Amino acid sequence: MSDLAQLESQILSQIAAAGDEAALEAVRVAALGKKGSISALLATLGKMSPDERKTQGAAINLAKDKVTQALTARRDILKSAALDARLASETIDVTLPLRETPAEQGRIHPLSQVFEEVNTIFADMGFAIAEGPDIETDDYNFTKLNFPEGHPAREMHDTFFFNPKEDGSRMLLRTHTSPVQVRTMLSQKPPIRVVCPGRTYRIDSDATHTPQFHQVEGLVIDKGSHLGHLKWILHEFCKAFFEVDHINMRFRPSFFPFTEPSLEVDIQCRRDKGEIRFGEGEDWLEILGCGMVHPNVLRACSIDPDVYQGFAWGMGIDRIAMLKYGMSDLRQLFENDVRWLSHYGFKPLDVPTLAGGLST
Amino acid sequence: MKFTLSWLKEHLDTDEPLEKLADKLTMIGLEVESIEDKAKALAPFSIARVISAEQHPNADRLRVCMVDTGDGAAPVQVVCGAPNARAGLVSVFSAPGTFIPGKNITLGVGTIRGVESRGMLCSAAELQLSEDHDGIMELPADAPIGKGYAEWAGLGDPVLEINLTPNRQDCTGVHGIARDLSAADMGKLIDPGIRPVRGEFPCPVKVAVEDATLCPGFALRLVRGVKNGPSPEWLQKRLAAIGLRPINALVDITNFMTYDRARPLHVFDARKVTGNLTVRRAKEGESLLALDGRTYTLDPSICVIADEHGVESLAGIMGGETSGCDENTSDVLIESALWNEINIAQTGRKLGINSDARYRFERGVDPAFMVPGLELATKMVMELCGGTPSETVVVGKAFGDDRIIDFPLAEVKRLAGIEVPLVEMRRILGHLGFMVAGNGPVVKVAVPSWRTDVHGKADIVEEIVRIVGVDKVPETPFERGDEARKPVLTTIQSRTRRAKRALAARGMVEAVTWSFISQPQAETFGGGQAELALANPIASDLSDMRPSLLPGLVAAAQANANRGCSDVALFEVGQIFKGDKPENQFVAASGVRHGFASSKGMGRHWSGSAQADALDAKADAFAVLAAAGAPMQALQIVPGGASWLHPGRSGTIQIGPQNVLGYFGELHPRTLEALGADGPMIAFEVILDRIPDAKKKLTRAKPLLELSAFQPVSRDFAFIVDRTVKAGDIVRAAQGADKKLITDVAVFDVYEGKGIDPAKKSIAIAVTIQPREKTLTDQEIDAVAAKIVAEVTKKTGGTLRG
Repeated sequence: MSDLAQLESQILSQIAAAGDEAALEAVRVAALGKKGSISALLATLGKMSPDERKTQGAAINLAKDKVTQALTARRDILKSAALDARLASETIDVTLPLRETPAEQGRIHPLSQVFEEVNTIFADMGFAIAEGPDIETDDYNFTKLNFPEGHPAREMHDTFFFNPKEDGSRMLLRTHTSPVQVRTMLSQKPPIRVVCPGRTYRIDSDATHTPQFHQVEGLVIDKGSHLGHLKWILHEFCKAFFEVDHINMRFRPSFFPFTEPSLEVDIQCRRDKGEIRFGEGEDWLEILGCGMVHPNVLRACSIDPDVYQGFAWGMGIDRIAMLKYGMSDLRQLFENDVRWLSHYGFKPLDVPTLAGGLST
Repeated sequence: MKFTLSWLKEHLDTDEPLEKLADKLTMIGLEVESIEDKAKALAPFSIARVISAEQHPNADRLRVCMVDTGDGAAPVQVVCGAPNARAGLVSVFSAPGTFIPGKNITLGVGTIRGVESRGMLCSAAELQLSEDHDGIMELPADAPIGKGYAEWAGLGDPVLEINLTPNRQDCTGVHGIARDLSAADMGKLIDPGIRPVRGEFPCPVKVAVEDATLCPGFALRLVRGVKNGPSPEWLQKRLAAIGLRPINALVDITNFMTYDRARPLHVFDARKVTGNLTVRRAKEGESLLALDGRTYTLDPSICVIADEHGVESLAGIMGGETSGCDENTSDVLIESALWNEINIAQTGRKLGINSDARYRFERGVDPAFMVPGLELATKMVMELCGGTPSETVVVGKAFGDDRIIDFPLAEVKRLAGIEVPLVEMRRILGHLGFMVAGNGPVVKVAVPSWRTDVHGKADIVEEIVRIVGVDKVPETPFERGDEARKPVLTTIQSRTRRAKRALAARGMVEAVTWSFISQPQAETFGGGQAELALANPIASDLSDMRPSLLPGLVAAAQANANRGCSDVALFEVGQIFKGDKPENQFVAASGVRHGFASSKGMGRHWSGSAQADALDAKADAFAVLAAAGAPMQALQIVPGGASWLHPGRSGTIQIGPQNVLGYFGELHPRTLEALGADGPMIAFEVILDRIPDAKKKLTRAKPLLELSAFQPVSRDFAFIVDRTVKAGDIVRAAQGADKKLITDVAVFDVYEGKGIDPAKKSIAIAVTIQPREKTLTDQEIDAVAAKIVAEVTKKTGGTLRG
């Protein structure tokens, strides 16, 4: 075995024996570095005859290539092993519980959600949304709505009053959202199509009444809208709101001072162990009141009842929210128990749309 | 309004079944609230005779009875525990399979202490007829064995209750209900004319009405020589069935007329009345012991009927005890009058009396029936009690008005959207008592006196439509028209909606609290003005309109903490009140955080936990402002907030001192104490109305985006400043160093403590320099850096940290 061959095999075995990249680098420097054994052999070439240089040069370069290849191969192996070793030491506990994102934890109150659902449906039907103050005058809350002074119908509204002013007048908390209709009729010219959502107040507190509650009313004034349109709108609304293909509704004559004719509306449902289903069953559940706007109301708002006509309806948001989402106790809506809110509330990204579904 | 089926049939000739009549009532606007049909519930209970009652072999207190149930079969063996079970007793029997309403069970064949029992003998309580469960029912010996008990006992008359709307005073009497049903094709109204009863002598009692507006009409007559006592069984049963207690014939007649004809009457014992009667206002300090046994103190707002001794009756509401009729009454004065509806309502409310008379008079009775009602009552008194009638004294004139409405027939189609043939309209109106005259497109409709609620065309439309049936009105699609689709929310509605979603997205939970709070709570937040205090609050702690959402939210957070949920972040977006004018009502967005409800993460967690602090509230407020479209660059933060906040840990958000948008910070310990809450608690309030309106955009396209081709450079600086120096001032100073090149300044470290003078702190900022036209040389960058250091030093006195 020539010296070269011996050197080569010696270096190759050193490469194979190198346990890590640093040891390998030492081998490389010892062989191929400036003062390395192979570099030293290559340096001898200059002193050789051309013929000898030819044969020796080829042999030394061959050995250098072999060593270089072996170094590369060994380096790859060592690098990979080193990486494996590092990764083997890098472990985490993947069972550690996550922190819920704020958007998963936050909640929109069911009443806010249902207000949005209702607004979405009526906006699609071409209604604008009107609002008015909670503190109202007797004139807007009662007189302009055809509640005669002292009439028993006023007593049906157990009204919160403020203390009388010096001129004897006194403000009150609106008992329904109808004063918004009055404000709308006084400030806009027909045709009018609005819904008026808002908070309302009556002195009442028991299992099914709270001193504050919420209503949404609708108002249409133009030259041709009649009871048939009203029935259609309410039917469409109920199907859309309760998200059912069909729903049976019953329109009954009733009485409200501000409409004539007046109707009450029931929807058919089935109650079963606290669950309620619409579009089936034997029970009738009253959900809203409505009717053609009373000529006296139109006159009080400077609208000629022989030229213009229209209808209005009103329903309890709290009530329809409870019906739709199976909330059994009205009072819990205002107790702000976070356990209740987390359960019945809605996530901030659950925005009701007609395209994506109101609640799905 | 309650009545029985048989009572209705006195006024309506009909063969329609109960269910159909009830459905029809509901569908014509007389909503049937309940039907109590004892006959139906008690149908399986029959009359039976106990043949023998032997001692039970194994139980002292039980008897083994053989019962003849009247079906011709062998006697039935029944084990019975009632002490009165004895041979020969006629009682009520129920067979196995019967549902026992008083026990809420269905009876089966049982074996009681080894003896088989094939049915039950029942107590009145078991049939839910009374509270009596001391023993089984005892019926007369001649009661028909085998017959249904309910039918025999006269319970077979279903009681209907109507939820009457306040406009239909005519249906506070059975006759009016029958009239409506007859118009709706449910039978024929039985309406024999009322013949006047001739008076035999002049009425000796004179009547003076002092104020005709309080009493538009008054009719009175005396019947002498009556014999008062219990009324006949049919009348007693009729009244008892609807829950009225029979008293004596004269009183029962007035109650009967009230429910039968919607005509309240009053009867005085004539011998207890002294002199003539005067209808007048009560005098201050007068009082009356009324028929309900209570003494009422009166005042001049109350209308009374008085004799020479004083007040004898509360007009139209309730009679007096001393002049009432009893079994010794021999001469009776019958009063039939008209009263002012508003005055009756006010008096009834003031005295707290809900009588059947008040119920009718405040709704307005049929004025034309005042005298006929008296005639009918006189006839009934004479039939039941005998006696000789006087002539009638009548005060007042023109009882009822002549209301004639010009009615365009097309009005029905116009308002109700349904075609009703003319003959049908005429038929309906005719049955309801309206007179229709004319043949043209506009007819004249005379309104009957009892329909005090009908005044105009729309009322006539309602009469026709409700009888035709609202269900017959065809649904008509409502075209949305060719109006462009536009957003329908107003600015404030849109801000409200976005604020709610933004806060919920920060992990907060939306609360809905009361609009009213206690006066001290209101005062703590700058409220409590007299004009915002309710005159009649539902509770003393719900007396004042809220000037802020925070008292309600703090209370809600505390209530949750008390329930064991102390890491709580609540918000509300809703109305607050600074005065009673519409322009003083605002929409606020507020929130509170308590415990580990930090905006960095809720609750305690392995990844890090933090108590909510004032800057969480700042972040909440900013989230609201950004979502609601506030001009964020223009907002100024001023240290210190409202008086309800911790003075050193709070801030004010404003656009100039004139427009304060809101506050944030830690709640003042005194505020927490006043609200009864445990701190620390952090809070914010933003008034959404105060956010300036954004400029109207002419296009939906966004402004052109310019992306620089040159890489931005970031340089970090740490400054040592006095502890009082505000980070915002350092940031602003750095930004001001070169407004063109510096695009961002971020505070990435704030340090106080070891290695730093205790009066100082270190604030480190990262400044982003964005080259505009060319890559910057090192010298140019160094020049910018030097300007930054110089600016910060000049504005804050800070020095670069070594």
